[in-house]
Amino acid sequence: MMTALKRIIKAGFINFRRGGLVSFAAVLVMTITLSVITLIILLNAVLYFSLNSIKEKVDVTIYFTVDASEDRIMLLKSSLQKLPEVAEVSYTSADEALQLFRTRHESDYPTIAALDEIGVNPLGAYLNVKAKEISQYENIANFMKSDNALVLGSSSIIDKVDYNKNKLVINRLNSIILGAHKLSFLITIILIIISVIITFNTIRLTIFISKEEIGVMQLVGASKMHVRGPFMVEGVIYGIIATLITLVLFVPTTAWVGSNMTVFLGLNMYDYYVSNFFQIFAILLLSGIILGVVSSFLAIRRYLNK
Amino acid sequence: MIYFNNVSKLYKDSLALDDVSITIAAGEFVSVVGHSGAGKTTLTKMILAEENPSTGTVFFESINVHTLKNSDLTRLRRRIGVVFQDFKLLQNKTAYENIAFAMEAVGKTDEEIASDVPHVLELVDLGSKIFHFPNQMSGGEQQRLAIARAIINQPEIIIADEPTGNLDPINTHEIVQILKKINDLGTTVILTTHNRGVIDSVGKRVITMEKGKIIRDTKHHK
Repeated sequence: MMTALKRIIKAGFINFRRGGLVSFAAVLVMTITLSVITLIILLNAVLYFSLNSIKEKVDVTIYFTVDASEDRIMLLKSSLQKLPEVAEVSYTSADEALQLFRTRHESDYPTIAALDEIGVNPLGAYLNVKAKEISQYENIANFMKSDNALVLGSSSIIDKVDYNKNKLVINRLNSIILGAHKLSFLITIILIIISVIITFNTIRLTIFISKEEIGVMQLVGASKMHVRGPFMVEGVIYGIIATLITLVLFVPTTAWVGSNMTVFLGLNMYDYYVSNFFQIFAILLLSGIILGVVSSFLAIRRYLNK
Repeated sequence: MIYFNNVSKLYKDSLALDDVSITIAAGEFVSVVGHSGAGKTTLTKMILAEENPSTGTVFFESINVHTLKNSDLTRLRRRIGVVFQDFKLLQNKTAYENIAFAMEAVGKTDEEIASDVPHVLELVDLGSKIFHFPNQMSGGEQQRLAIARAIINQPEIIIADEPTGNLDPINTHEIVQILKKINDLGTTVILTTHNRGVIDSVGKRVITMEKGKIIRDTKHHK
């Protein structure tokens, strides 16, 4: 068994070496396929990074009335933190809000003068809420409507929630993000299918060239595994070499994109490539080997007749 | 050893074999002669189960070759050596590797391969071409290599389908002599040819075919 395996592997390597231009063409096409997969990985990273940046910018602020007690606000804060949809809640007291307002309007003399004229702090405290997903802001808003902790006597301690004001924008953003995910998934699938078909046909062509030899091998009494094995080993070799070429090609490519397009993309492609190198390597190697082996297996099947 | 029982083979609308019944005994040298399209190659393909009969049965000893599973068929083919008109050598393998491949197929060890391959190449006078690829050899050398491959596993039968079809008279003579020697050592040989000269130089049993039928079956000693 081990001898047979050793012979199959050796034959695969010899066939690859002697295949010359045919082997070169197969590796080239496989390299293109793996480059498409790498490109998809990198573009998805850019897309996710961009969408996450947009998501990060979305939040909901709950402004409280000036007479709302801190205890009640803290009670609401802890209730919000317990919600599974909530990622983060930050509290800004009325004094801090005033301080921030003054800082923001320090060059706006009439406003600062008016504030001084009043003598008291007209601003209430507020909570800043970030949801895990954009689609969950509506749930959080609904929760606040139903929470009894918000009621002081007969009136609410909430002055306003800016969700309702931003609802349209948030919902539209949510639709755009969902659409972008679906579109990127669809494009990924289509590109992968096209690449796989091209690779499969190239390997099929390399095996088609050997179809007469396959018949001869069978006539001299070679078992199916003995005939098929070396072709599958060749498929593995195509995958490994194409993976290495692709990985090397993407080092200068991502370095160039990283140094020239980081501002446009919002993500340094080179840093991403280097920090995820081993994951990308594993994905490419696995894709390359599976593609090579499966393509060879399927392509040779039609020539392995009785 | 080989029995054809009322075998017919129909390809679309042409009858390649028409109710053929023959028996070939172990150790015989049988020449099958006929013009192109007479059915000679179809006859040999039936023994190797490369083609299935439309009607009738082909037996190798007690085995109906067309009912065999793939694995059993592989085992049967290991008992038959085949030589073709166009040599059918593995072009990306050297002379040594072509023969070694046939030995690997039957599970011979590396040591056996290393000792037997040079020996059989010497037998067919190709000792100096051991690392040559088929395209670096002449037609006669390629056919001798094909014979070496066919005999390396000591098969019970050698099927030689027009082995001299692409060769000049000198190489034809050499190939016929090699096949006769193989037969003298006890191996059954089935040779198809359209060359009367080859039949005469073999001088053994001759089956004449025409339009898929056996029209003559004669023992003919030189």
